[in-house]
Amino acid sequence: MQAITLINGFLASIGRSTLAMLAAIGRLAIFTAASVSHIFRPPFYPVELAQQLLRIGYFSLPVVGLTTLFTGGALALQIYAGGARFNAESVVPSIVAIGMVRELGPVLAGLMVAGRVGASIAAEIGTMRVTEQIDALTTLSTNPIKYLVVPRVLAATLAMPVLVLIGNIIGVMGGYLVGVYRLDFNSAAYISNTVDFLEIGDVTSGLIKAAVFGFIVAVMGCYHGFNSGRGAQGVGQATTNAVVSASILILASNYLLTELLFTA
Amino acid sequence: MSIPAKISLNHLAKAFGPNKVLRDVSLEVETGKSLVVIGGSGTGKSVLLKCILGIVTPDAGDILVDGKPLNRVDFLHDFGMLFQGGALFDSLPVWHNIAFRQRQGKNRLSKKQAQELAIEKLRRVGLKPETAFQHPAELSGGMQKRVGLARAIATDPAVIFFDEPTTGLDPIMAGVINELIREIVVEMGATSITITHDMSSVRAIADKVAMLHDGKIRWHGDVTDIDHSGDPYLDQFIHGRADGPIEGVR
Ligand SMILES: Nc1ncnc2c1ncn2[C@@H]1O[C@H](COP(=O)(O)OP(=O)(O)OP(=O)(O)O)[C@@H](O)[C@H]1O
Ligand SMILES: [Mg+2]
Repeated sequence: MQAITLINGFLASIGRSTLAMLAAIGRLAIFTAASVSHIFRPPFYPVELAQQLLRIGYFSLPVVGLTTLFTGGALALQIYAGGARFNAESVVPSIVAIGMVRELGPVLAGLMVAGRVGASIAAEIGTMRVTEQIDALTTLSTNPIKYLVVPRVLAATLAMPVLVLIGNIIGVMGGYLVGVYRLDFNSAAYISNTVDFLEIGDVTSGLIKAAVFGFIVAVMGCYHGFNSGRGAQGVGQATTNAVVSASILILASNYLLTELLFTA
Repeated sequence: MSIPAKISLNHLAKAFGPNKVLRDVSLEVETGKSLVVIGGSGTGKSVLLKCILGIVTPDAGDILVDGKPLNRVDFLHDFGMLFQGGALFDSLPVWHNIAFRQRQGKNRLSKKQAQELAIEKLRRVGLKPETAFQHPAELSGGMQKRVGLARAIATDPAVIFFDEPTTGLDPIMAGVINELIREIVVEMGATSITITHDMSSVRAIADKVAMLHDGKIRWHGDVTDIDHSGDPYLDQFIHGRADGPIEGVR
């Protein structure tokens, strides 16, 4: 008898957490759908969009640039060491470029932006929720999704491909610097190797990934901010949730996108 | 046929989990009148206003505006609210906070016009023109409250809610604000609901008074009747006595 109650309790707790998880996924899906649908319906807020482009795009440049610069350099060293094992040191330029453009550029930029921008969006909107600023927007006949969420989501989705493109160039340059000054590659040969082997599809697929990652970061920041608990603790939790969930979704969707874009 | 009340609430109820904040609230505000809601801290006065605004969804009951079921978009169109905590947008300067509504839509004011409007409204709440160019975070609590008030009245709305307009203000400034609210109701014919704990505000602002206690309207009547209501709850509240039917721990 007691065993049955025990098992029942256990199953009930599994059921409860499963239901809670499904409810959370449902809420997120509804929030995302609402945000996307509001992108195309007026009123629009161009000033807010411009501000967010500046904040999310422009001010993320140093972080993304430094990340890809060092990664490009390290990549060149690793590929050189690995390639040397079967006398294929000459692959360094093309592998650095392909690895950077297809995979590392978008993923690293996505993760850095998740930390930088996702956190600040969640903290800002969470604070606005806690201090009733979002309620105040509603009483001023302003839809908070249109005014707060749409500019951020749009800005992140548009800015990320540009950020990643610049990051790619800086990353390839990092590889070049290490290749030429450290590994004694011929400068002209390194450049021509990079350009010759890189296909346009490599670049565009990376940029598509970048747009998806930007969307994920902004939506997760906004969603967790909007649903922030009360008080400073609630905002802190929202910030953490935004960064963690955005990072995991970026890595998971990166795998899916790679399957879609490169195995077809 | 009698004119329907501007706002009427019928059997409103709202609970947050086990916490039954509003049990059964029925209340009317006539057009152009000022209703003051009093009641102990945590009795659900702010929640009551948020139910009308749709920020909080009531569990039961209905809300009529001009005798018709509430249409929130239309209602909020001609509406102003002072939040208990101010709820100013801290990313925007004070003038933009005040003229927020007028800086949107097709007939939006220019930046200069908006600033002029804001300065005029700031004057009415006893703040200097310089304040318009500061950010909310640079202001004292009482100043923020008055900026919130300026934002609430900026469009001369038909309906205004004030959630504790005078808390955090010195007695003189509280008097100025009481007079301002009275003026808005009398001169502009606005309908208002004000929440306050300050009995001098009640006497200065109210046409009607409603006392919320234990999730229900405990007493409702003209402001002139509050001193001889014969209701022990209201008497205790008005005189701020520690002993009486209302418990000290809530
Ligand atoms: N969003 C919410 N979630 C959960 N509980 C809430 C929420 N908002 C209000 N409450 C609860 O409802 C009750 C009434 O809150 P409310 O803010 O309406 O009080 P009040 O009458 O305005 O008090 P005060 O005079 O102190 O402002 C409180 O117990 C509060 O904890
Ligand atoms: Mg309150």
